[in-house]
Amino acid sequence: MSLIHSLRHLDETDRTFQSESVDWALTKLRDRALDDQISTIVTKGAKVLDLGCGKGDLLARLKSEHRIHESGIEIEGEAVSEAIARGLSVTHGDLEYSLTSMGDQSWDLVILNQVITVIRNPVAILQESLRVGRQVVVTFPNFAGWRTRYQLALRGRLPVTPSLPYQWYDTPNIRLVTVKDFRNLCGQMELKILKEAFVGRAKGAGFRPINAWPNLRALSAMFLVSK
Amino acid sequence: MTHRPTSPTAQSDSAGKTVPIPPENNYGPVGQVELQHVTFDGPDHVLNLEGGGSLSPLQVAYETYGELSKSKDNAILVCHALSGDAHAAGYHGHSPDEKPGWWDILIGPGKALDTDRYFVICPNFLGSCYGTTGPTSTDPETEQPYGLSFPFFTIKDMVEVQRWLLDHLGIDTLSAVIGGSMGGMQALQWAISYPERVRGVIPIATTSRMSTQGIALNEVGRQAILSDPKWLEGRYPKDDPPARGLAIARMIGHITYLSEESMHQKFGRRFVNGDGRSFNFSKDFQVESYLHHQGDKFVRRFDANTYLYLSRAMDYFDLETDHGSLEKAFSHCLSSFLVLSFTSDWLFPAQQSAEIVHVLRKLGKEVSYCNIESDQGHDAFLLPGHRMGDLVSGFLERLRKGGTP
Repeated sequence: MSLIHSLRHLDETDRTFQSESVDWALTKLRDRALDDQISTIVTKGAKVLDLGCGKGDLLARLKSEHRIHESGIEIEGEAVSEAIARGLSVTHGDLEYSLTSMGDQSWDLVILNQVITVIRNPVAILQESLRVGRQVVVTFPNFAGWRTRYQLALRGRLPVTPSLPYQWYDTPNIRLVTVKDFRNLCGQMELKILKEAFVGRAKGAGFRPINAWPNLRALSAMFLVSK
Repeated sequence: MTHRPTSPTAQSDSAGKTVPIPPENNYGPVGQVELQHVTFDGPDHVLNLEGGGSLSPLQVAYETYGELSKSKDNAILVCHALSGDAHAAGYHGHSPDEKPGWWDILIGPGKALDTDRYFVICPNFLGSCYGTTGPTSTDPETEQPYGLSFPFFTIKDMVEVQRWLLDHLGIDTLSAVIGGSMGGMQALQWAISYPERVRGVIPIATTSRMSTQGIALNEVGRQAILSDPKWLEGRYPKDDPPARGLAIARMIGHITYLSEESMHQKFGRRFVNGDGRSFNFSKDFQVESYLHHQGDKFVRRFDANTYLYLSRAMDYFDLETDHGSLEKAFSHCLSSFLVLSFTSDWLFPAQQSAEIVHVLRKLGKEVSYCNIESDQGHDAFLLPGHRMGDLVSGFLERLRKGGTP
């Protein structure tokens, strides 16, 4: 009993850490970098669930472009308020718990936009997403891009890049993954990769699409997968 | 609040319709409002109560704000909480130092319940003591106040009477029903009793069933009244009520409406007198003085028997037992839901709202939920200083746009 109690306590502190000390403004550009690619996947009137939807920027765009039936889940209260205030259907809560309330294959598309590196159990979330959705789109920062390789190998520093814009002491990322690693995981999980898209850095502060050598060149990657 | 264009006699809303300008006066944006009454009588209006017994005739007091559209499709029903009344917004204009209605922060032109757009109705619920038939009303058979001969009633019975009022006003479908605390219970009950008549349901700081802790606190409040020697088995004269008992009940209530944090901020350990400890049992601390003040104020405006009945109606609210399970309770609902709770509310903790949301999601219902950050405790829903209004407004906008394509 006391062990469960302390575990619960740990869980709480973990959440507090996640929601209070992370400056999410740093990822604003990165989080939107693959929106164009995600938008091309979405069909008109589709039922779309965005896990970790933040303020609902992507959902709002998909809703206006494709008239989707939208729903989002978000753990951070301020972001949830923002999303609901702009007229989106969003519930406040933890992803794992919220997913247990959803029926099998009840969504056309489930979005995991830049969330699998900040959650405790990415594989479980991916499996659950594939249970509730017909297709799942996953985006993540690619840790094997040349910028990260250079900073780690030659400078001996933990990488800080446009897609990983944090220092080691303030990062929300508790997992790191590369394009190859994710493809490998899809193989292990026997998932079909329906589509891939990658972005690198554009001139200025933005991102631009990348086609060749993504594992070396991409800052962020998108995979559309199904069972 | 958004800027609204004005012209001398009329203004256009975003749909281009011309709506009258609220009269210019000192009564705030909603203007001067009036309590209205309707009496339901005759064989079509006999209220058969869930707990047995019946009531007829039955009077309902209510207020309205804004204009009912020609198609009568812009109505929002506001349900008040335990000690509330029909006066939700604006001013009656009876006294110069009058305070506005209890939800004036939410209701008015340009506010979340925008009276330029919606026709907002707030009825005093069944069994209350502010104009709708309740224990203080005169029993037509004895021509004496009902007192304890008033039949027991439930949240479901309250909703039934509200439905009569809507029928009377010719309103078939509500744009939304909204309420906090006990008002939230009514909102949930509306979604279940009349699924086809409510497009949006906004239960705030509430629960699908009164918690053990909530019942326990209610019981202490009731015992304070019942053990007051002046209670006289409920047959106390109007001018000599069980004031001590009712005041204590209110003091307990008030503690549950605040949070540890908000109490600490408001009063700390400050003394009433700068000299500090008096070493007797008079009101030493400011928090004591505050509670006594609230108790005394309440006695002047509320009825003890009514308090007993209303707290009981709250205790008996249990959708799970009524329907076998929460899933079954909500399975026939057709509305969209916006469920709101407050982080520091320990009377209706967020977990109770999260449970409702979980079940609604399970059933594939459309639901939004936010546990709003606030240190104001349960009372947060009546107070400014957080984002409740924006959320309600966003939800209503979504409903107007048809929700889903």
